[in-house]
Parts: sequence; structure tokens; C-alpha cells
Amino acid sequence: MSGSFSVFARELKLAWSGGGGAALPVGFFAAACSITPFAVGNGVENLKVAGPGVMWIALALASLLPMERLFQADLEDGTLDAYAGSGIGMEGIALAKTLAHWIATGIPLAIIAPVLWIMLQGPPEAALFVIVFSLIGSAAFFFFGSIGAALAAGMRRGGLLIALVTLPLYVPTMIFGAAGLYAAASGGEWAAPLMLTAAAALFGVATSSFAAAMALRTAID
Amino acid sequence: MIGAGASSLVLEVENLAASRGLRILFEGLSFQLSGGEVLELRGPNGSGKSTLLRILAGLTRPHDGTVAFKGGGEDEPGRHFLGHLDAVKPSETAAEQAAFWARYFGREPAEAIKAMNRVGLSNREQVPGRGLSAGQKRRLALVRLLVEPRPVWLLDEPTAALDVEGRALVTQLVGEHRDRGGMVIAAIHGDGFAGSRTLDVSAFPARAVV
Amino acid sequence: MAVLSFFANPHRFMAASKWFAWGFTVLGSVVIAIGVYLGLFVVPPDAVQGDSARIMFVHVPAMWLCLFAYAFMVGASLVSIIWRHSIADVAAKSAAPIGAGVTALGLITGSIWGYPTWGTWWEWGDARLVSVLVLFFIYLGYMAIWQAMETPQKAARAAAILCLAGAVNLPIIHFSVEWFATLHQVQMKASNEFKYPMYVVALGYLALFGGLTLLNMRAEIMNTRAEMLAQRRQAAAG
Repeated sequence: MSGSFSVFARELKLAWSGGGGAALPVGFFAAACSITPFAVGNGVENLKVAGPGVMWIALALASLLPMERLFQADLEDGTLDAYAGSGIGMEGIALAKTLAHWIATGIPLAIIAPVLWIMLQGPPEAALFVIVFSLIGSAAFFFFGSIGAALAAGMRRGGLLIALVTLPLYVPTMIFGAAGLYAAASGGEWAAPLMLTAAAALFGVATSSFAAAMALRTAID
Repeated sequence: MIGAGASSLVLEVENLAASRGLRILFEGLSFQLSGGEVLELRGPNGSGKSTLLRILAGLTRPHDGTVAFKGGGEDEPGRHFLGHLDAVKPSETAAEQAAFWARYFGREPAEAIKAMNRVGLSNREQVPGRGLSAGQKRRLALVRLLVEPRPVWLLDEPTAALDVEGRALVTQLVGEHRDRGGMVIAAIHGDGFAGSRTLDVSAFPARAVV
Repeated sequence: MAVLSFFANPHRFMAASKWFAWGFTVLGSVVIAIGVYLGLFVVPPDAVQGDSARIMFVHVPAMWLCLFAYAFMVGASLVSIIWRHSIADVAAKSAAPIGAGVTALGLITGSIWGYPTWGTWWEWGDARLVSVLVLFFIYLGYMAIWQAMETPQKAARAAAILCLAGAVNLPIIHFSVEWFATLHQVQMKASNEFKYPMYVVALGYLALFGGLTLLNMRAEIMNTRAEMLAQRRQAAAG
């Protein structure tokens, strides 16, 4: 398939090769989790209370990091103009790029999450839950984030604006995902939070491309 | 595709106005163009040539007026837009980028190789984008036009940064496209194309704004 | 559809809005004063909470208005996106700071009310409170976009998109906080028989909102005109 699919493949290659793609967000995720015990106390009980929540926040913030570059490069070198001028729909471009970046960065974040979970004294039996929640959560964070990325495309130092705009959109995923992690840690009911987190992620995937496309069309106007 | 419907390819621009911020760049601009014609856009920097091309390409919304492309069939005729930015990625090689555009338009990879030869980059295939000179990047940008035939070409300073051979290449490509019945609208400084019409965008200045 | 000329409509708007802008502002202020007086001095204290419940006459209408202001912005944003009417952009931009201000007022008065009532300055389990807090951030993000974008036209479109994205997400946010709250079983109810000063204040808020928004819009349009004049002078000189 041509069009968006070829953009997806190209974006995936560029994300992996250009500057070590996932290294920075993964590094940030690990670093943020690592300094948590210094702030909340390094006793096991403290970490059981604060650990899952802090990890979830760190995942959200780590997902925000790639957003500033998501559309910036293509806007600056005229690639976005070339795509738009060829008659392709911006929705496909937004979806393709966000999906590619999630695969290149969001999945590595989810894979490293259980390691950080154990470091924060989370029960190892819950490791599988942690991966599943992190996969779904990072997808939600990346796709909602793409809306902020598209709105701030073309701005110097758009990062802060992206964060301000995107954090309200993160709230449902924050609530459901963290609730699920706490449930997984204490052996409680995790099915409902999982469903709700997945619903939030699906909503983000389904609708973000439209908002991002509108914002991108404004950026090249 | 160009060919059978080319003779009925028509562009009608009526009462077009464009704005940038609070300034109106031009207004009341009207013209008609047919397949097999080349239109040169002339005017000083800032007169709105690029903006006019972007409006024709569908990237920028006009302040007023209408643009209508008509071809033989019901669908709007396809357009190629070549902005003054080259859309060349620094990390991909020239060959990879040409191959990408072939895939993007659903064409065979062989088309990409043919196009690279045509624009004279066959000896630069493995060079990454950041290793190409400005003129070579411009040639790479032309690959898009060759890999996928479309009736309408919208070119913004196609000869910028090109040497004598490069400019001759562009003249050739434009001439061949016109002979096939295609339509070319190009913003250009310096030497233009033989047998083309000229539109001076600065001849449609904004009236005083209230 | 051709973009409606910015230069024609603002004339009519400016001519029509002058008296309404000042009239609503004055009227709203007076009505609010009346309502607050009624609430503070006329109505008897609440059976359960005593005098501290009187703050609800300021707080509850503020919450109503912060939602109304956002709904107004959503409507203006829709008009802006569909019909590209630049007055709609100005309207949405002008309403935002007022909406943000009244949201902050609602949050602060809610906090002041909360302390004697529940013993805490803030309650994360209350879905309405938290949703309004998020709404406050959406207001801030909206105003930040107007500041940050290069041209007002781009800012207008981006802001409209954000406004609509926020609107779609607000019910979801409210639901998710409510769901979260049920896990923690927090109840918060207040009752008062003599609620009518609330409605008086609410009407006053509404009028004041209308007046201030109109005043903001007029200031915005005058600003734009000044800029156009300056640009024309520059173009003529250069």
C-alpha cells in the first residue's frame, strides 16, 4: 500500500536510526523512577504507596519528550508541504507518524517498565500486568500527545506548550492506569481499570488524528 | 495520467485574493490556463508568488476568490507541488529518498532509478541528504515529478541553487511536460521558459485597507 | 466559501456593541452586589453548616459560569472552524480570561467553603472539583496558544481546535474522576432552603460575563486596527 503506509515505514526507520530514537525517553523514564526513593522515602512501605503512581507519571512525562520533534522536522524541511501538496489526507500522515513513534519509543518504554517496577519494590508477579498497562498507557500518551505536538508544530520551544495542552487530556489515562497498577500490586481488581485504560487509549487513537490533522493544516497554511 | 483528457485540462482562477497576517498580498487576480501551457509567475520578493502557488496546491486558504481545476473526467486533475524547500531528509541516502517517493505514489522501484538517472544524481545514490549540495538537493526534489506523472505542476523557484546544467534540465523537463499536454505554473527569477505566458503578481496589489 | 472579510463586519459589531458592553458590565455588577447582599445579610444561616455556607452564593454561580463560558467558547470555536468568521475568533479569545478568572474564583471559594465543612482545603474525590481544576488548565493552555503562535490567524485556528478537543475530553475526565472517587467513597453534599440569592448572583455573573467579553472584544478589535494602521503607515513610507 502506498501513501500513509509508506510514510509509516519511513517514519519507523527514521525514528529508530535518527539519534538513537528511544534512548532519551527510556533514559528519562529510568532516571525519574530512580530518584523517586530519594523524594518519597526509601522504605518498602513508602514505595509501595508511591511507587506505582510515580512510575505512571514518569511514563507519561517520558512519552511527552518525543512530541516536540514529532512533526517539527517534516514541517521545517518542506516534507509536510510535499505530502499535503500531493493530495494525501493529513489524518493518515498524523496517524502513521504517531504510530511509528509509539512503536519505536512507546514499546521500549513499556518493556523497561517492569524492571523499574521491581526496582520500586513492586511485586514481581505483577510484571506482566505492568507491561500490558504500560503498552496501553503509552499508546494513549503518545496519541493524545500528538494533538499537542501538532498544535505546537512550527513553534520554537514548543515543549512547554505541548505539556500544558496535553496534560488535561492525559487525566483519564492517569486515573485508570494508576488505579490498575495499584490493583495489580495489591492483588485487587484490575479488570475494570484495564478496560477503562484501554478505552481511553482507543479513544485517543481513534480521535487524535483528526485533531492533529486540523492543527497540521493550520501549521502549513 | 496525461494523454486523452489533456486537451480539456483547464485552470480557472477568479478574483483571487491572498493575505499573510493582516496584509493582503494581492487581490482581484483572475486568469485561465489550459493544458499544454506554461505560466511564469513574476514579481519582486514578497509580492505573493509563493502564496499563489500554495493556494493553487491547496496548502493555503485564499482570502477571497475561487480556484477551479478541470480535467477530462470527474476527478480533479492531479497536482504536483514543488515548494522552495526541498523536502530532503539529512539521514536518508538519495536513492532511499527516491525509492520512498516511488513507494509513496504506488510506483515500481525501477521508476525511482530512472528518475535519479534523469536528474543526474546516479553517481550520488549512496550519499545521505546532509552530504548533498544545495543544487543536488534541488535535483532530488525533482524526482517526485518524474516518478509519478500528474497533469499539473506547481513549481516555486525550480531553478534555485541549480547550475547551468541544472537549469537546462529543468527547462527540458518543463518543455517535455508541456508537450505531453501537461500544465506548468512556475514562480521564477531570471531566464524563463520559451513560449510561456507571464503573470506579474505585483500587478494586483492590495487596495488600501480600511 | 470565501473568507468573510474581516474589515466589514467589525464596523457593525463595534457600532452595535458599545452600549451593550458597558450596560451589561454595570448591570451585572449591580445585580451581583444585590445577590451577595441578599446572601450575606438577608437569608438565614444554613441549618447544618451555619454561616460558612453563605459562600456558596458566590461559589456555585461561579462554577455555573465557568462551564457556561467554556460552552460559549466551544460555540465560537465551532463557528470559527466551520464558517471562518473572524469575529468568532475574537469572541472566543475574549471570553477565555473571564472564564479562567471565574474558574479560579470558583476553585478558591470552593476551597474556602470546604475547610470548615469537610475539614480540608481540597478534596480529590469530588469529581466536580477536580474536573473544574482540569478545566482551569485547559483555559490556561488555550490562552497560552494565543500568546505563543506567530500569527493571530494561526493562533485562532489552533486555539479553536484545542477548545473543541478539551470539550470532547471534559465529560470523560469528569467520568473518570467520578469513577475514581467511588473507590474512595467520598460524599459531599450541602443543603440550604433559601437558595434564591444564588440565582440572583448567577444572573449577575452572566450579565457581567457578557459585558466584560464584549469589552474585551472591542479592545481586541481596536488593537488590530491600530496594528493595521501602523502597517499601512510603514508600507506607505517604505
